[in-house]
Amino acid sequence: MAAYVGTRLLLLIPTLVGVSLLTFFLIHLIPGDLVTILLGITASQNEQTRQALIHALHLDRPLAVQYLLWLGAVLRGDLGHSLVTGLSVRDELVRSYPVTLQLALMAMAIALAAGIPMGVLAATRAGRALDASTRVFSLLFISAPAFFIGTVVIIAGARYAPWLHTLGYVPFAEQPARSILGMLPAAASLGLAISAIIARFTRSSMLDVLGQDFVRTARAKGVADRAVVFKHALRNALIPVVATAGTQFVYLIGGAVIIEEVFALPGMGRLVVNAIYQRDYTTIQGAVLVLTSGAVLVNLTLDLLYHVIDRRILYA
Amino acid sequence: MSDGSPRTGAARSPRALRSGSLLAGGLIVAGLLAAALAAPWLSPYAPTRIFPGAEIAPPGPRFLLGTDEVGRDILSRLLYGARVSLGVAIPSVGLAALAGTTLGVGLGYWGGAPDLLAMRLFDVLFAFPPILLAIALVAALGPSTVNLILTIAVLTLPQFAMLARSATLAVKPQDFVQAARALGASHGRILCAHVLRNITPALAVQTSLSLSIVILVEAALSFLGLGTQPPAPSWGGMLSRGRQYMAIAPWLVLGPGLAIMLAVLGFNLLGDAQRDLLDPRRAAADRRIP
Repeated sequence: MAAYVGTRLLLLIPTLVGVSLLTFFLIHLIPGDLVTILLGITASQNEQTRQALIHALHLDRPLAVQYLLWLGAVLRGDLGHSLVTGLSVRDELVRSYPVTLQLALMAMAIALAAGIPMGVLAATRAGRALDASTRVFSLLFISAPAFFIGTVVIIAGARYAPWLHTLGYVPFAEQPARSILGMLPAAASLGLAISAIIARFTRSSMLDVLGQDFVRTARAKGVADRAVVFKHALRNALIPVVATAGTQFVYLIGGAVIIEEVFALPGMGRLVVNAIYQRDYTTIQGAVLVLTSGAVLVNLTLDLLYHVIDRRILYA
Repeated sequence: MSDGSPRTGAARSPRALRSGSLLAGGLIVAGLLAAALAAPWLSPYAPTRIFPGAEIAPPGPRFLLGTDEVGRDILSRLLYGARVSLGVAIPSVGLAALAGTTLGVGLGYWGGAPDLLAMRLFDVLFAFPPILLAIALVAALGPSTVNLILTIAVLTLPQFAMLARSATLAVKPQDFVQAARALGASHGRILCAHVLRNITPALAVQTSLSLSIVILVEAALSFLGLGTQPPAPSWGGMLSRGRQYMAIAPWLVLGPGLAIMLAVLGFNLLGDAQRDLLDPRRAAADRRIP
């Protein structure tokens, strides 16, 4: 086990280095003179401003040195300053990350709470009407873009539950209950699509387990149906579901970027989108780096958790 | 499940649905292609024609799906939107499939240091939430149709490469390949006649599923204003601009939203049906759609 964790942690290093490299070179993909693009045409006329930016981003040094200096600063927690507001990118991220974290956790909770029971029900009634309707439901929600579901939720909410809309965003630290209630429509819009995927996974995993010998043995010795499904089958069937939750989390972070825009939540996704509209490349860089590293770490944690739950897996 | 009998693969998923999904998926995709190809003949008006005084008209006999905020016919814009959506999705997936398969087959067949390096690179690409990387890349390159196609192709390529690589690794040690080698077949002949031919069905499934994902990504980018630029009628862009009026005119968002959903659903159904045909034993099991 320790060796496996060690290998996974070691493999984390090249991945994170790669992520940082790609994020760093992102702004060098922009066609044209970098300083003029970063400053805008008016500000770039001013020689003093030009020199200040060149100095701040080390643009007069070779590219490799620029990267190492940038990486060094990042590792010390310095993500530079916004090109638009001049504020520290790190402070902006620290301010907005609790929103995204809350949204992602709530959406994942909704996805699991809705998806697992749906998958279990579909598996225990495989081939019947309920199974078929679950499949139709999953296909529809896998196909619907989260921003469309979100928009429909807002239209329906305005018509049938106007009090939800008036809640707006409230920080969790200030009023936890109100904050959760206010974020519910956004989290549900994001979570439903994932719940459809979780339901499909749970269904196929349950069917695999229900067909195995130990389940037949349990049935043969007279264990009640309910106990067979929940005690014997579900516990085993959930293992691969946990394994996919990590992959789903990466997509969930991407979906959160757009859902925050739809529901006007002041999270990291909204920060990125606004930064793109304002061509604020240092903020884009910082937010993309932090969001992606976060996704990598969550993915790794869930993967390790999977191996803790399932002792049968050999640590190769 | 009260009878407690073990279920075999064939009995697992609803039969009627499985055969139905090929038909439904095929019909939807055919309809989409028809809309994209025949948009000028099918649509009642030009997609950018403005009808003064008919802004935000509800669906009716003159405008079947209503008009938008500047008085353009939504049905016509949706039909032309299929052209925009597929015009990005098909070239980008085609490019990704071609380049990705070539790369993957090569990596799987020859292996070595390039293989290790490519695997690490794909790990890095997979680490990024795809939408986030797409947003960042398009933002850096500037929003244009060519940049959009290239960005989406780069993001889709690893899936094809990984698939082709693992399929090649599985085919390579088999007797018939070794036999061909012993008979003096060249690398090129082995790759084309034996390896590629064996992985084509799997690639066809991946193509359908990738198309469904790419349509979603294009719609999301256009929704954020980073995809296809106005006045071209992209579904994502129409939905985004319609949001301002959604309380009084829900047809401005429902039309494009349902169009995206239908297109994604069509390719999803087609991919599922292809997969079931390919491997009936594992039908309906182990679907991984991001």
